[in-house]
Formats: sequence, C-alpha cells, structure tokens
Amino acid sequence: MAIEPALTLEGVTKRFGGLAVTQDIRFEVPVGARTALIGPNGAGKTTLFNLISGVYKIDGGRILLDGRPIQALPPRKRVRAGLSRSFQNIRLMPHLSVVENIMLGQHTLASDIGSLLSPLAWQRRSKWRTQAEDSMRRAGIDVDPDAPVSGLPYGLRKKIEVVRALMSRPRLLMLDEPAAGLNPRETAELSAFLKSVAWEGLTLLVVEHDMSFVHDLCDRTVVLNFGRLIYDGPTHGVQDDSQVREAYLGSRRVAAQGAGHVA
Amino acid sequence: MSGYLAGVLAIFCINLIFAYGIFVTAAAGQINLGGAGFQAIGAYAAGWLAGQAGLPIAASIMTAALITALVGLLISFPALRTRGVYMVLATFAFGEVVAGFLLHTDVFGGAMGMVVPLHVDLWVLVLAATFVTLLMFFLMATRLGLAMRAINDDEDASVVMGVNVRAVQVAAFTIGGALTGLSGALYALNFGFVEAQYFNALLSIYVLLYVLIGGTQTAWGPLAGTVFFTMLPELFRVGGSARYLIFGIVIVLMMALRPEGIVTRALISRLSPRRLFATGGARGN
Repeated sequence: MAIEPALTLEGVTKRFGGLAVTQDIRFEVPVGARTALIGPNGAGKTTLFNLISGVYKIDGGRILLDGRPIQALPPRKRVRAGLSRSFQNIRLMPHLSVVENIMLGQHTLASDIGSLLSPLAWQRRSKWRTQAEDSMRRAGIDVDPDAPVSGLPYGLRKKIEVVRALMSRPRLLMLDEPAAGLNPRETAELSAFLKSVAWEGLTLLVVEHDMSFVHDLCDRTVVLNFGRLIYDGPTHGVQDDSQVREAYLGSRRVAAQGAGHVA
Repeated sequence: MSGYLAGVLAIFCINLIFAYGIFVTAAAGQINLGGAGFQAIGAYAAGWLAGQAGLPIAASIMTAALITALVGLLISFPALRTRGVYMVLATFAFGEVVAGFLLHTDVFGGAMGMVVPLHVDLWVLVLAATFVTLLMFFLMATRLGLAMRAINDDEDASVVMGVNVRAVQVAAFTIGGALTGLSGALYALNFGFVEAQYFNALLSIYVLLYVLIGGTQTAWGPLAGTVFFTMLPELFRVGGSARYLIFGIVIVLMMALRPEGIVTRALISRLSPRRLFATGGARGN
C-alpha cells in the first residue's frame, strides 16, 4: 500500500463574495517533506492556511490529512486529527505566562475531564509542566517560564509560538511567515531548530517571503499567484520558472531581463 | 462582634459568592449583566423550599444552587449566540424578566415579598464564602481555568489550539449560575425576607462592577473588588451625603488608573514570593 501524503488539496476553491481568492488549488505534501508556500502579496497563501486549518470553510474541493477528508471538521477536531499552525501575526495569549502559553498547546492531549480539572498551576513538577519546560529548553528559549509573554522580545515570542504549535504533537505543522521580523541570526537558529525537530514523520508547510530561509529549509516549493497554483516543484528550480518570474516581476521585465535571476 | 460588623460581614460574604458567580463567566470572556436574576431565583427557590415545602435548610440551599446551575446551563445556549454588548443586553433582559415574573407571582408573595421563617447564622455564610473562594482559586489553577483565560485573551486562537470554546463557556455559565444561586439562597435564609424589587438592575450592575474593577484575570480580582465595594461605602459614611459623589469619583479613577482591574495577572507574577526570592525581583518587569 502506498503511503498517503500528509496533506492533499483537491481543487480547493474559496470565494469571498464574487471574488475567488483561491481557485482549484491542487497539490500534495508528502509525509516528512518540508514544503514552502510562496507567492506575491494577496496571492492567497494565508487564506489557504485558514482553509486548511478550518478558520474558513471551503466552497469547493477536498482537503485530506493523511488520506482522510477533513474539510467538514471544525478547527479543533482538525488539531486532534494531527494538524497544527502558527499565525502570521503573533497570537500568543498576552495575559498568560510563557509556560502557560506552551501548556495551552497541549490542550488536545489533555482534554479529558480528569486532566481538565487537575491543578496545573499548583504542581510545579507535573508531567505537563515538565514537558513544556523541556520543550522550551530544546528550542533554546532561555527565559523565566513564569514571565508574562507580553513583555518579551519579538523574536522570542515568535519562537514560543512555534513551540506551542508543536506541543499537540502534530503530523503536519503549518507556519505562517515564521521568519518575518527575525534578524539573520534568529532566522538561522529557527531554520536549524525546525530541521532538528525530530518527530517521526513531522511534515512542514511554511508560508515565507525570506527566500534564503526557504532555500535553507524547504526542498520543495509551491507558488500561488492570484489564488491559482503556478508552480509545484523543487525549490532550486523556482527562480528559473518563467511563470513565477512573471508573477513577481511582471511580463515586460522578465522579457527584458532575459535569462536573469529572480530574488 | 457588634451587630453592625456582623451585618457588614454577612453582606460581604454574600456579595463575594455572588461576585465569583459573575467572575466565572467573565474570566472566559463573557459578560453577564443578569446577575440579580440568577440571585433572585436562588433566593426564592431556597426561601420557598425551606419555608413552604418544609425542606431542611441544607437541602434547600443545595437544591436552589442546582436549580440556578440548570438555569445557567439553559440560558448559556441562547446567550452564547450573542457577542459583546449584545450578550450584555441579553443577560440584562433575562434579569429583568425574572424580577418581573417574581413580582407578579402570588405563590412567591408578589409585590409583598416572601417571609422566610428559617435562618442560617453568620458562620455558615463565612464557611460558604471561604469554600467558594478556595474553589475558585482551584478552578483558575486547572487546565480548564487555563482554557478559560485563553478564551478571554483570544477566542479564535484558542479554537486553533484545540480548545472546545463553546463547551468551556457553557461550563462557565453553569458554574456561575450555581454560585449566584447559592449567594441568593444564603441571602434569603440569612435576612429572612425576600422581595423582587431588591433584585433590580442596579444590583446586577454593582456585582459586575465588583468583578470588572477587581479584575477578571485571577481569582484575586473578585475578592479585591468585593472588599473594595463593600468596605469603601462604609468608610465614606463619615462624609454624609457627599459619599456617593466620592464613591463615584473613586470608581472613575479606578477605571482610568487600572483599566484591567485592581489585581492583574502581571501584578500577581510581580508579587510572587518565589520569583522575588529566586531572582531578587530583578526579572519582574
């Protein structure tokens, strides 16, 4: 039996009013692959993330996670099915501490009534807290676990959000611009960390504008433009693709540049 | 203890339990402005069960709390279809409907009110208030409490974390109903008399103020808010009729100076002895 792709999009379409923001998108993300999703502003990348995670409902097509259709499931059941995501703008809970935010990521693993009613905050050595602090350490988050997140530097909060998304032990991790706003050193660290996250079969789908980050992390790239898929192939080939070059630079510029390179 | 002090303490205990009943929903991001309605149901239920139906006092109180828990559960479904100011108005309307119903129901004495022949002593109120306070500190320390606080911060992101937001909010309304009902039952059995006019809109507003001024982020909030609102008017008695003016100015100042409430999460973490001793307070920001 062939291994099912981690994620399969079959003709995914979404309209806001009369405008199709994503149209007939189809691609697969193989298990264990690190795939980038790129495209110019307004291409529909974040919309596609919202469709896959269930924030919006699709108007047509199918979304399969490990071969099972999930497009009818509410967002929290998609998390339970093995999907986890981060947000383009940091969405940590500002009034929770670092470790509380990370423990929130464990919610799907601990949502039986006994776990819900066990006092997390009073047990400094509970397995949940220990697990959360271990994950902080592995990701190199060296702050007081009880510090409120709202006062922490941007790069650190970005990292905490990635760790929180990993706490549900997802099969597919979707990151929306994880490197945006990071300095080059933080970007390199994040890339190394994501490669080192060694869950068996963890699959990554990353929206990102930073092409050196994409080249470093992702072997495969999918390109969207105006809600349509225009490229699906190896990352190293993306800059030579005429459609991609046209999307980013415009058709006249591409013709004038001849065999020049994008980015 | 003087009769005056005992009276203030009784009011404080009842108000504290009442405030925690409103706090539970507020901590999960839902504003309930129908507090008086829930409290009225608890008061009349306990008063009627103990007085007319001849149930023992303890059983009357428990049953009253169970009834208001059920009312909270049932009200949560239509209430949670509304958001923000619309939920405030919906719960407010519920409170008015309850008061109007009781005012026009002869079994419960109508406008004459209802005398409750049985009595609970002050120590029962103190015990109940202590128990409820500890219970709320426990609840806020659990993963359920964590989920409630997460929803209060960012409902949409909580959904994506796998939190069953609707279920948590329904649970909060149910627990809140039980606590407001309990406060009403204790009120009826301690004061010995209930009348529908007491459970008016101003009471709902006051208890919500306790919670919002006290702070909705930790279980300390309602405690601080209730102390503040129960004690301050007593202290201002010396000011004669100017005390309402002073009181109003203090409330406005509180909202301007501490918009997230007297006790916030950041304040607790700054004052935590473990952090103070572990880091010499240097990491508190």
